[in-house]
Amino acid sequence: MKNKALAAPYLVWMALFTIIPLAIVAYYAFTDAQTGELTLKNISNIGNYMPILIKSIWLALISSVICIIIGYPVAYYIANCSETAQRFLYMLIMLPMCISFLLRTLAWVALTEDTGIINNFVTSLGLEPLPLIRNNGAVVLGMVYNYLPYMIMPLYTVIMKIDKRLIEAAQDLGCNGANVFRRVILPLSVPGIISGFTMVFVPAVSTFYISQKLGSSGTTLIGDVIESQFKTAYNPNLGAALSLILMVMIFICIGVMNRFGDDEEVVTL
Amino acid sequence: MRKIVPLLLVVVLILSSFQTPAFADNEKVTINVYNWGQYISDGTDGYIDVNKAFTEATGIEVNYMTFDSNETMYTKLKTGGSTYDVIIPSDYMVARLIAEDMLEELDYSNIPNYALVDEAYKNTSFDPENKYSVPYTWGTVGLIYNTKYVDEADIGSWDLLWNEKYSGKILMFDNPRDAFAIAELLEGIDINTEDPDELRSAAYKLIEQKPLVQEYVMDQIFSKMEREEAWIAPYYAGDYLLMAEENPDLGFYFPKEGFNLFIDAMCIPKGCQNKAAAEAYINFLCDPEISGENLDYLGYSTPISEAKQYMDPDTAASEIAYPTQETLQNGSAFINLSAETSQLADSLWLQVKTQGGVDTYAIVCMCAVVVLLAAYFIIHNARKKKRIANRCKKWKE
Repeated sequence: MKNKALAAPYLVWMALFTIIPLAIVAYYAFTDAQTGELTLKNISNIGNYMPILIKSIWLALISSVICIIIGYPVAYYIANCSETAQRFLYMLIMLPMCISFLLRTLAWVALTEDTGIINNFVTSLGLEPLPLIRNNGAVVLGMVYNYLPYMIMPLYTVIMKIDKRLIEAAQDLGCNGANVFRRVILPLSVPGIISGFTMVFVPAVSTFYISQKLGSSGTTLIGDVIESQFKTAYNPNLGAALSLILMVMIFICIGVMNRFGDDEEVVTL
Repeated sequence: MRKIVPLLLVVVLILSSFQTPAFADNEKVTINVYNWGQYISDGTDGYIDVNKAFTEATGIEVNYMTFDSNETMYTKLKTGGSTYDVIIPSDYMVARLIAEDMLEELDYSNIPNYALVDEAYKNTSFDPENKYSVPYTWGTVGLIYNTKYVDEADIGSWDLLWNEKYSGKILMFDNPRDAFAIAELLEGIDINTEDPDELRSAAYKLIEQKPLVQEYVMDQIFSKMEREEAWIAPYYAGDYLLMAEENPDLGFYFPKEGFNLFIDAMCIPKGCQNKAAAEAYINFLCDPEISGENLDYLGYSTPISEAKQYMDPDTAASEIAYPTQETLQNGSAFINLSAETSQLADSLWLQVKTQGGVDTYAIVCMCAVVVLLAAYFIIHNARKKKRIANRCKKWKE
């Protein structure tokens, strides 16, 4: 009973700032901008934006996978360092996050644009400027750079907590290095991979600033469309409908991810 | 008892903070001004700091905020949550705000400097009865290009923005009204057309242009053009004068198909907290000396002829800031479009901006991922069942 009372402030918070706003989003999504009547017009509009939605999910997926590939060895390395080194390296990973995300993205623009720092160097060597910005690759680069810490942190926490005795036991029973990793460490770090994937994928799929700054006029993502509905076009109904659909899509993706987790647990048992 | 004293103090403090507006007369008055970005002289390069000068002259503090397009400002007003005392939208937006009853009528007896405004900028099409607005500046839209990279033979028309030679170096307006106007002028359509087919054909023209466009931008045009990241951009003539000071290689021309002629006007939106102070601010900006010094920096044109004597004579004589009557005849002003047309234009604009998002490669890859995942789960489940079945069999044996 006492525990429940302690949770009350959070429940109130949830109701005020999560459930009620969600209800408002749903209300806008299902009403007409002019008449205020119930309508499915906004939701059915999604057909027009399907290619953009798929593209957003695709780019976010690529970024998440790249984050896992880069982030896992880093997290593994940090987790196996001495305690002081761990603290120091962990701080280094966190450090860029102290600087505004907008500023960091703008810094990439200054680095990669045609008259930017890298291309100034390239042209001073007498070469043609490289196409570093305004393509899908640049958008993925921006996402990976900005969200990599969100992948490393949960992975590091999970890998660090793995009981060293399990690894020793595997080695005692004649497992070689590669098999220890594949059969012991990797299955035990699946929860970290899943939460890292979620923490990278969700913000990446709904981002708008990165694609505006690093993408071309053709790399409009679903986040850009939603932003424009609220910022300039003043059509909150369509914007709300698109947000709602995006949310459902994200839930589906996370659901699929979590099934991976369930299965792995069964295997390790 | 000891605990009650601080508690009482807190209560008193909270109550007194609620009552501040009631004692406003004795305290500092602050007005919220909402203006275009880079649209007031703020003390750089030794020019006047208009807001500071206003505070010094009247004691009224200015809380200055900026927007990057009329549409952004409209959305901000419409969604509420913030109150502004003075806003400075363009002509067609003033008309829209009047039509939607979002502006306060001005008390012109508080704005004596209004008498100095040239007759040409009174009784305008957007505020025919002179009830809601006082002109701040007027100006034109033209094409800015970099003389180092753009061939002189290619200039003269809006079609420079469709020239494939400069693909990826072209910037375009990031607001539907200005962007559609350019396509319409090129197609020989009236810029205030309400015909859906004409609007659609303008949208196709913009979609055609899209692969060449580096980015749809507003005030980032300044840095992109100055650093030569982009070579061609349509923008407001006054801003060209500012950019040319930073990069003398920039050129400007009025395209032969015509161009937009605009007036930006100061208004007071409904919900204004301090109307008298807002009117004092408007009056201050109409003071010939202030207007002259302010617009000398901005490069936009003043609607108050008397202000020209306070300007740098070169600016006042500039053919770009003050085009000849002959050039001006080629310009046309925006008028407010009906709500349906605005909505159609907005959705067409969204189509323009999202066009080309069809990436067959991404779609194919996504389908492959989905199929692979499905296959993985099916095989996995089948195996699991088999394993459990095997285990059961062994048990029974």
